[in-house]
Amino acid sequence: MNGLAYYAVAAVLGVPLVSAAVLAVLPGYRLTARLNLLAALITMLASASLFFLPRPEPGQYLFIDDLNIVFIVLSTFVAFTTSVFSASYIAHELETGKLTPTYLRFYHAMYQLLMFGMNLALLANNIGLMWVAIELATLTTVLMVGIYRTAEALEAAWKYFILGSVGIALALFGTILVYMAARPIVGEGTDAMVWTVLMGRVATFDPALLNLAFVFLLLGYGTKVGLAPLHAWLPDAHAEGPTPISAVLSGLLLNVALYAVLRFKLLLAANPSALAPGPLMMIMGLGSVIFAGFMLYRRRDIKRMFAYSSIEHMGVVAFAFGLGGPLANFAGLLHMVMHSLTKSAIFFTVGHITQVKGTQKIADIRGLTVTHPLLGWGLVLGVVAIAGLPPLGIFMSEFLVVSSTFARQPLLAIPLVAGLLIAFGALFLRLNGLAFGEPTGSTQPVKASYIPMYVHLALVFTAGIYLPPMLVLWFQHIAGLLG
Amino acid sequence: MAGHLAFDVSHLFAGGLVLVSFMLLYQDRLYALLNVFALHAVVLAFSVAWQAFIQDAPHLYVTAGIALVLKGIIIPGALHRIVQRLEIHRQIETVVGIGPTMLAGMALVALSTVVMLRVTAEADPLAREDLAFALSVVLLGLLVMVTRRNAVSQVVGFMSLENGLVLAATAAKGMPLVVEISVAFSILIAFIVIGIFLFRIRERFDTVDLQALDRFRGDRQ
Repeated sequence: MNGLAYYAVAAVLGVPLVSAAVLAVLPGYRLTARLNLLAALITMLASASLFFLPRPEPGQYLFIDDLNIVFIVLSTFVAFTTSVFSASYIAHELETGKLTPTYLRFYHAMYQLLMFGMNLALLANNIGLMWVAIELATLTTVLMVGIYRTAEALEAAWKYFILGSVGIALALFGTILVYMAARPIVGEGTDAMVWTVLMGRVATFDPALLNLAFVFLLLGYGTKVGLAPLHAWLPDAHAEGPTPISAVLSGLLLNVALYAVLRFKLLLAANPSALAPGPLMMIMGLGSVIFAGFMLYRRRDIKRMFAYSSIEHMGVVAFAFGLGGPLANFAGLLHMVMHSLTKSAIFFTVGHITQVKGTQKIADIRGLTVTHPLLGWGLVLGVVAIAGLPPLGIFMSEFLVVSSTFARQPLLAIPLVAGLLIAFGALFLRLNGLAFGEPTGSTQPVKASYIPMYVHLALVFTAGIYLPPMLVLWFQHIAGLLG
Repeated sequence: MAGHLAFDVSHLFAGGLVLVSFMLLYQDRLYALLNVFALHAVVLAFSVAWQAFIQDAPHLYVTAGIALVLKGIIIPGALHRIVQRLEIHRQIETVVGIGPTMLAGMALVALSTVVMLRVTAEADPLAREDLAFALSVVLLGLLVMVTRRNAVSQVVGFMSLENGLVLAATAAKGMPLVVEISVAFSILIAFIVIGIFLFRIRERFDTVDLQALDRFRGDRQ
């Protein structure tokens, strides 16, 4: 047994929790922004070290396996780069007086608490604990979405709170049903909520109960993923909160909820007489892709537009995982990673753009490549990536999703490709106005942090051309596990 | 004989909870709504305490205590004060009329009974019927939320929904305490969140009627 891994796990959970408490009381922007960054850095390093350390035995509450480690490393990495972006973003918000120092303390504390919630949800070996962690993450983001206290921000936060709570309540009902299904076989007590125990013995559970549980869990956690009929909170929450939170929501929190759905999908797949969870996920995923594709055309708000694009991409990921099989799972996993990196990079860019132009209206932002070349071209690159043009990473993952769909369910490939193309058209239509044409608005130089944005884009670009064999093997291994 | 009694009493409480959920549906004044919600929490507390007794699970008394004190007394009391301070104790605007709402409520109870009883055919009878009741309470809570426009009454709907979840969690015999406390805890957090929201909404609009918020529909112009 290796003690180091325990320390690493303790750091991944403990550092955000402790720094949340510290940041809640510390005054001063410079100090707190740096501390926030430092905490995110330590968390990231600790989670990366988990990758190399020998795995500890799964406990009753926490565990590390091949699946969740990918999510944790991705999550803490994006959390770190976002904290870099957040430092410069927040500095501007303080200058313009949109945030007061009190709210800044609150913001940083909530940021770290959100990280704690997400890491806990990913590390949890207990379906009850996971639920608690996701609820915690939801509540912290609700508070952050409402932080500007404008009418729009309050409506967005309220909508998010109500829909998120209903989703989370349905997920709890599903969790209770899973426990009910496990109890006759595993026995009463904590063991009947432990993933590793459940996975080992699920084959003999009552399939009818499991089916019903999965429907509740898919609806509940699916709300948090933002899948089509349940997505209503997502665009508002993205558009009205601070932009670093939009980046974290799109890049991380949606993934965490998807991770929960995936875990339960695995559980159902291991029971031979339970319903196949794949088709349900495919329907919701495909619905999201097509719906979001059309909705993209009617957007007038830049952050809202990219929020709809997140719905589209989570749809693609859910569809890929629903399709299943080694190739589709591999594609889904890759797409999820690429989307997280690209979308957060886009939100970094958009955050600075909206600050310098003082508006989120697409119509009022023109000619960015002329006025702010670094931001403008960053946005162009980001949109090219997110729309799925070769040779970037998302093209590759989308190509894999589509080709495995053609191989397995050729008829479904038609709506999928149609949805992707519709979204593609909308994004370029808007990009044209945003990046090129006669410049409008402020042309003042902006104090932006370009590094996180270009690091993300460089990673996505590299992944499109060359994936390290080690990574490919690793993803293939996980894709195999996902069945 | 003792077994029969245990069964009947738990049935009584769980059924009572569904009944009180129905009462929530047709309250048209905020104070009355809050009082009925307090009753909802008290019935839940009795139900949980009874489960603690027959399952011989003393930790459930804690859950019962939380339900009684927090949800039966403190939260309705605090909401009472909010309503008083905001002077919004007028009629509740419902989106749908009382008649259709009650019919929809009955349909939801029928649905949950049919679904749960069919699905849990192999579970023990007490748990399965409690689960059917719990699902009814959850769905009725949702119905309260969608048929009301007022922020306070939506919150009440949400809390009654969570009461249904606690009922389900206690019916699932031997479910670890972690979950129950977390549910109670989350309600507390949720309440704080909502409290803040209510005051902020008040600051901005001089109303807690959510219709006032509907003007701000993002980019729909």
